[in-house]
Amino acid sequence: MATAAAHRTAATSAYGAQDTADTAAYERAFDAAVAADERIEPRDWMPDAYRATLVRQIAQHAHSEIIGMQPEANWITRAPSLRRKAILMAKVQDEAGHGLYLYSAAETLGTGRDELLDKLHSGRQKYSSIFNYPTLTWADVGAIGWLVDGAAITNQVPLCRCSYGPYARAMVRVCKEESFHQRQGYELLLALSKGTPEQHAMAQDAVNRWWWPSLMMFGPPDDESQHSAQSMAWKIKRHSNDELRQRFVDICVPQAESLGLTLPDPDLRWNEERGHHDFGAIDWTEFWEVLKGNGPCNEQRITQRRRAHDEGAWVREAAAAYAAKRSGATGPGGTATGPGGTEGAQA
Amino acid sequence: MTATVSASAALALGDDALVLSHRLGEWAGHAPVLEEEVALANIALDLLGQARVLLSMAGDEDELAYLREERAFRNLQLVEQPGGDFAHTIARQLYFSTYQHLLYADLAAGDGPFAPLAAKAVKEVAYHRDHAEQWTLRLGDGTDVSHERMRLACAELWRFTGEMFQPVEGLDADWAGMEQAWLESIGAVLGRATLSVPEGPRTGAWSAGAGRQGLHTESFGRMLAEMQHLHRSHPGASW
Repeated sequence: MATAAAHRTAATSAYGAQDTADTAAYERAFDAAVAADERIEPRDWMPDAYRATLVRQIAQHAHSEIIGMQPEANWITRAPSLRRKAILMAKVQDEAGHGLYLYSAAETLGTGRDELLDKLHSGRQKYSSIFNYPTLTWADVGAIGWLVDGAAITNQVPLCRCSYGPYARAMVRVCKEESFHQRQGYELLLALSKGTPEQHAMAQDAVNRWWWPSLMMFGPPDDESQHSAQSMAWKIKRHSNDELRQRFVDICVPQAESLGLTLPDPDLRWNEERGHHDFGAIDWTEFWEVLKGNGPCNEQRITQRRRAHDEGAWVREAAAAYAAKRSGATGPGGTATGPGGTEGAQA
Repeated sequence: MTATVSASAALALGDDALVLSHRLGEWAGHAPVLEEEVALANIALDLLGQARVLLSMAGDEDELAYLREERAFRNLQLVEQPGGDFAHTIARQLYFSTYQHLLYADLAAGDGPFAPLAAKAVKEVAYHRDHAEQWTLRLGDGTDVSHERMRLACAELWRFTGEMFQPVEGLDADWAGMEQAWLESIGAVLGRATLSVPEGPRTGAWSAGAGRQGLHTESFGRMLAEMQHLHRSHPGASW
C-alpha cells in the first residue's frame, strides 16, 4: 500500500498552492497506483479524463438498469404463475436497486443523480441499446435473463476489479444478483423448452430474436471501439470487446444444447485450432442504427421514462417541501428531520 | 391448536393480498422516484408472498389465481381500485395497510389456523403502514398541489373502507374493536397531514362494499383479463 499512501499524500497536498507544478507528480502517483492494482478512491487525485470516463460509463450503466426495467416490467402483470410473477417482480426491483447503487457511485465522482437523469432524458447520455428491443412474448423474459443478463455478467465480472473503488464494489453486489437473474432466465426457458410444443416454439422464437442483439452488447469490434484503449490502460476495462464476446459465445453454445434450443447462426461451429467457437458476421448496420435512435423501442423507452419523471415531479416537490418545513428550525442547509427521511427529495 | 382452515377466510385474505400486489406491480417502471420503485415492489412482493401461502391453504394457488372468474374472487373492492395517481396509491395503501396490520395483529395473538402466517406478515405490514403514513404526511403537508391531490384521493376511496369491517366467515376477530382502532388511527394520521377525515359514507349500496360476496367494480374484470390471459391461453401447461 506504499504507493497508494504516497498517492494520497500527493492528493492532499494538491489542495495547496503549487498544483500546476505538482500535477506531473500526482499523475505519476496515480499511474503507479493503477499499475500496482490498487483502488482509486473518491478523495484521491485523478486525471480529469479518468473522472469523465468513469462518470460516462457508470451513468450509462445506471441508465441501462432503469431503462432495462421497462421491457421486463411489461410482463409483470401477465406472468403465467404466481411463482414466476414473484421472481420477475423481484428481478425488476433488483434493477432499480442497481440503478441506486450506480447513481451513488457516480455521485462519489461529483456528479449527482438529477444531472445524470436530465442527460438521459434529453438524450445526451445513452443506455444499453439492447433495451430498445421489444419483449413480445413471455419467453422474452427468459431470453433476457439467459442472454442479456448473461452478456451483462460477462462484461461486468471484470469490472469488480475495476481501478475505481466505489464502482468495483458496487459491481460485486450487482454481479451476484445478475447471476441469479441469469439462472432464472435459463430455468424459465428450460421449462418452456420442455413444455408443450407451443411453449417450445415460443422459447425458440425468443432466442432467435435476442441472440444477435446480445452479441452486439459487447460493443463494436476492437478496431472500431473509440474508448477501449485508454480504458484498458486505466484498468477501468480489463478485456477487449471481441475477447468478451468470444467468451460469451463459448459459454452459450453448450447451454443452448442443454436447453434443447438452437442458436440462430448457421456458421456457429467449434474451431479446434483456436479452441473457441467460430461464429457468423454480426450485422453492425443494425447496431449503429439502433444506437442512432432507430431501434424498435428507442422512442417508447425514453418517452415512458420522461413521463414517469414528469408525472412524479409533484411528488418529489411535495417531499422536498415537507422536508424543508420539518427542518425549518435548523435553517436552510440544516438536516431534514422529518419522519422517514428525505429520500423523496433527492431525485 | 385448532380448527380447520376456512377456505372462504383464506380466499378473502389471499385475494386481498393477491389483487393489491397486482395493482402495485403496475407501478414498475412508472414510479415518481427510484426509491419508490424499490419500495412499491417490496410491498407488492410481501403481499404476493402472503397471497401464495393463503391461497395454498384453500387449494392450488395458480388454479385459484388464474382460473377463477371475476365473481368468485373475495377481495375487498378497495384493493382492486385502479392505481390512479401516486396519491390514490398512497391513500389505498394507508387505508388497507392500517386495516391489515390491525387484523393480522389480532389473528397473530390468537391460536387459529392463520396465526402463524399473521405473526410473520404483521412485521411486513407494519412497514407497509409506516410507508403509507410517511407519504400521507409528505403529500398532505407538502405543497398545495400535493395536498389537494391527497385530499381528493382520500375522499374518493373513503366509500370503500366500510367493507373492511364486515365479519369474514371463518375468521375470529374483534371487528368492532378493529374498526374503532382503524378510525382513530386514520383520523390521527390525516390530522397530522393537515387533511380532514372525509365526510361521505363508508358503505352504501352494494356497489361500494360487496367484494367479499363476489361483487366487484368494472375495472376488476379488465385487471383479471390481463392477469389471466397467458395462463388461460395454454391450458394445462406448466411454467
